[in-house]
Amino acid sequence: MKVWYATRVLFGRSMLHILRSPDTIITVLITPVMLMLLFAFVFGGAIHIGSGNYVNYLVPGIELIAIASGTAYTSLRLFYDRQKGMFARFQTMPVSRASILWAHVLTSLISNAISVVLIIGIAFIMGFRTSAGVLQWLAVGGILALFTLAMTWLAVIPGLTATSIDGASAFAYPLIFLPFISSAFVPTATMPTIVRVFAQNQPVTALVDSVRALFNSTPIGNEIWSALAWCVGITIVAYFIAMRAYRRFQ
Amino acid sequence: MTDLAIQVSALRKSFKATEVLKSVDLSVRRGEIFALLGSNGAGKTTTINILATLLKPDSGSASICGFDVLRQPVKVRENISLTGQFAAVDGLLTGRENLVLIARLRGVHSPHQTADMLLSRFGLSAAAQRRADSYSGGMTRRLDIAMSLVGTPAVIFLDEPTTGLDPEGRLEVWKTIKELADGGTTILLTTQQLEEAEQLADHIAILHGGSIIANGTLNELKQHFPPAKVEYIEKQPSLEDIFLAIIGQKGGK
Ligand SMILES: Nc1ncnc2c1ncn2[C@@H]1O[C@H](COP(=O)(O)OP(=O)(O)OP(=O)(O)O)[C@@H](O)[C@H]1O
Ligand SMILES: [Mg+2]
Repeated sequence: MKVWYATRVLFGRSMLHILRSPDTIITVLITPVMLMLLFAFVFGGAIHIGSGNYVNYLVPGIELIAIASGTAYTSLRLFYDRQKGMFARFQTMPVSRASILWAHVLTSLISNAISVVLIIGIAFIMGFRTSAGVLQWLAVGGILALFTLAMTWLAVIPGLTATSIDGASAFAYPLIFLPFISSAFVPTATMPTIVRVFAQNQPVTALVDSVRALFNSTPIGNEIWSALAWCVGITIVAYFIAMRAYRRFQ
Repeated sequence: MTDLAIQVSALRKSFKATEVLKSVDLSVRRGEIFALLGSNGAGKTTTINILATLLKPDSGSASICGFDVLRQPVKVRENISLTGQFAAVDGLLTGRENLVLIARLRGVHSPHQTADMLLSRFGLSAAAQRRADSYSGGMTRRLDIAMSLVGTPAVIFLDEPTTGLDPEGRLEVWKTIKELADGGTTILLTTQQLEEAEQLADHIAILHGGSIIANGTLNELKQHFPPAKVEYIEKQPSLEDIFLAIIGQKGGK
């Protein structure tokens, strides 16, 4: 009970942080939305995806980019808490150590969920249409939440160990590029062999293909298992590394 | 129940190659103001961090109000509060929100009332609704100390509490520290300003070369000091003279 109460109090605090730093909200939303506009209205005409609406094609990848860049702020918030001494303050108080970390994880889950919903809304305005029913929407929500969880625990590691702000945020850059070498924007079939092999076997392609299939109500293949395995695997490995780093603080 | 608020024996701590604490022994009685003096890098902050359960010692033992810092850290945390060497306030929250946050986490019954009381006590009422990152250095430090008083912990660690304060602010903090001690709170403070220790402390210890090389009341320390040289005028050594002399003696060996 006490653990949950402290987690809630600390969660309220970091959600306030997000509300009070408009730059975080803007960068988290603007970059994916700009990419969506750019691809839909500038590059889109030249990209051949076969039949169908290109905005529909884009949405899953854009959501993943939004989540990857959103979770980078978890690293930053943790880093600032360490640097500004708030971490030490909380740790010398009768507050469960788990709460201090879980509050950040919860903040990431909720704030990313909000940006995912906002981006879907913008996509609708741009012409996104789906035949997904309630179950498919729930499945999409579940997959994106799992991806957020995986990325968040990954982000906790530099948040706890980085010695500079740059170090704390740098981990997100490669993650933001992964969607470009995947099926997020263009079909992988046209890529040169080496790139294609990479693209077809990295988590973003599996995630994008699964979400796309759910939105289009087309049959889902094995990619959903591959997507889930990636997310669960990353979460478990990152969680254990993060907890090891956390225990150094006793 | 022991009447010792803090008990430290044979405490050792190294960071990689540097041996910071070799063997530190300390005991602080309840309700006492205890000043820990030492040059930069002597290990004052390290000692406080161990007592506040932030760092693990390599060996030796330490207990707060009878609770062992390694075996009963949760009990220790219920009894302490730390004002670190560098202010730890949440810049994105207002002064009042900072205090309410700490009050909630400490499980205080009326967080808002507690916050308002502390704000007025530290002269921050006018700035209560402003974000803490707009505070001056002195205001930040006052808020920082106020946050450490939430929930009236039995033992308060103050690591250089008045560094960066103007003389007025320093007097305010001194007054608060005295009031707290009168109310039964035990205070362990470190300071670079020897006048501060002279003014406040019931007990003074000097940490040098990894252990406590002098320990006692100001008067006891004065007696240990080589007798004042008889010159034309006899001058009582100030604590500063004592400090420098003791360090010089030990350091020279
Ligand atoms: N995390 C750490 N890693 C490595 N060395 C450290 C660490 N923390 C402290 N030290 C070293 O331990 C020594 C004691 O540091 P400490 O901060 O305890 O000194 P201090 O007495 O508080 O000094 P000051 O008066 O400057 O605050 C210093 O030499 C410092 O460089
Ligand atoms: Mg120090």
